[in-house]
Amino acid sequence: MRVDEKLALDAFRTCKESHIKINHEICRTRCKIKYCLFVCPGHLYTLNEENNEIVVEFAGCLECGTCKIACSEGAIEWQYPNGEYGVQYRFG
Amino acid sequence: MEKIDVVIVGGGLSGLACAYKLAEKDLQVIVLERGDFPGSKNVTGGRLYLEPIKSLIGDMLDDAPLERKVVRERWSLMGENNSLNIDFTGNRFRNTGHSYTVLRANLDRWLSERIMEKGVFVIPMKRVDDLIWEDNAVAGIKSGEEEIPANVVVAADGVLSFMAEKAGLRQKMKPRNYALGIKEIIELSEEKINDRFNVEKKEGCAHLFIGDVTKGMFGGGFLYTNQDTISLGIVIGIKALMEKASTIEAHTLMDNFKDRYEIKRLIEGGKLLEYSAHVIPEGGYNNLAKLYGNGILVTGDAAGFALNMGVTVRGMEFAIASGIIAAETILMAKEKGDYSAQTLSKYETRLKDTFVLKDMFSCKDMPDFLDNDAFFTFYPKYFPHFVEKIMWFGDQPKEKIGQTLWKELKASGMLSFKRLKELYNMKNI
Repeated sequence: MRVDEKLALDAFRTCKESHIKINHEICRTRCKIKYCLFVCPGHLYTLNEENNEIVVEFAGCLECGTCKIACSEGAIEWQYPNGEYGVQYRFG
Repeated sequence: MEKIDVVIVGGGLSGLACAYKLAEKDLQVIVLERGDFPGSKNVTGGRLYLEPIKSLIGDMLDDAPLERKVVRERWSLMGENNSLNIDFTGNRFRNTGHSYTVLRANLDRWLSERIMEKGVFVIPMKRVDDLIWEDNAVAGIKSGEEEIPANVVVAADGVLSFMAEKAGLRQKMKPRNYALGIKEIIELSEEKINDRFNVEKKEGCAHLFIGDVTKGMFGGGFLYTNQDTISLGIVIGIKALMEKASTIEAHTLMDNFKDRYEIKRLIEGGKLLEYSAHVIPEGGYNNLAKLYGNGILVTGDAAGFALNMGVTVRGMEFAIASGIIAAETILMAKEKGDYSAQTLSKYETRLKDTFVLKDMFSCKDMPDFLDNDAFFTFYPKYFPHFVEKIMWFGDQPKEKIGQTLWKELKASGMLSFKRLKELYNMKNI
């Protein structure tokens, strides 16, 4: 099963505004490895090669915070989604 | 605006345990939870050890929705294409309620309802954004436009604790002090679980895997049996994951794990119900947050109270114990009418008298000890390899078993000075 199919099993309530903000300038100029592309358990980060910009599908965020910890350049500004929004675990 | 006694940020086990204890006295307490209900943002492996907290919790968990009593402990050393297991069970584990598997969305929700019956306000869907300060002391919280002034704030907001950070009690999070846990909940009938894991009704199994499941990275796999589901997952150190970046995507480790012959048979026919992830504190005693400040206490994962002991991982009983001791400290502070750091420092003093800081302290060298690829590559590779060599009967006459073992031990480097020193150093952990 693909990871996006796994995420589709979870209950989410999506906010219009992303709780993850990326400073693209830092990504372009300072970050070589782009850890976010590899560490996210939801595989939500991709690199748009046309404009060399990191894109995050925040709607599928499992709210673990791994990307925030692994972003050694500090390009990811991460907060919890506002109450009412985000993933709602039914088992946990 | 008049101050209430206590605001607890986070309706997980430490926050709820704190509220439970405070509810025994006539205090104004509010628990703020950002999820739809307490437990809806929580993830555990997981199992809860009850014995260490028995004397602290009183009747708090009587009739709690626990899944299965763990009576079977398993560990597997996973080579690339073979594995070696240890399988333990004992009457002592069967006859006492030693540890139980749990699901947090059930357990935390149940506990929050129990607490509300005692008159505590548990308010869901409320994210806390900031602290209120007053003369260098925390004096409440801000949530959106709303302010709730309080004598004490309990930062029970989990491993990423924004509250402890804002209060200046926790350093920036370093990748080496945290691990990523990924978990799947797989539905399987009660009877199938009993049969496949060789346990009776309501009895369960806890199984840890080390080695090839993480491709040699710090971490391992886990499997816990719940009543009619299985919690299956992997844990990987974030630093290790970063070092392997560009070759391994975290989520693929879970699929590889499930594809292993050893796992496939256990979950066959099971239906995936939920996919979750959570960060786990792995820094141990030397990387705890500062536990108190003027008007604030830090509990549970927020403080870093989680313990990887190699053979098992613990956290929830630390969360519960710290929540209760935080409550006792607050009750004492209320009597004195003083919520300064000096008074609240009794929290740490008390914790030092309990298993919370005692166990954390005695395992303080564990993170450095485990930061050694021998445990994640060398041993899991060679132990199953030795067994394979001994147990294989080929078309040639069989060499003496002792001779085979000796030859393989020598060839593997198991008898080298480095490995023997490692063995010797084990006495320190």
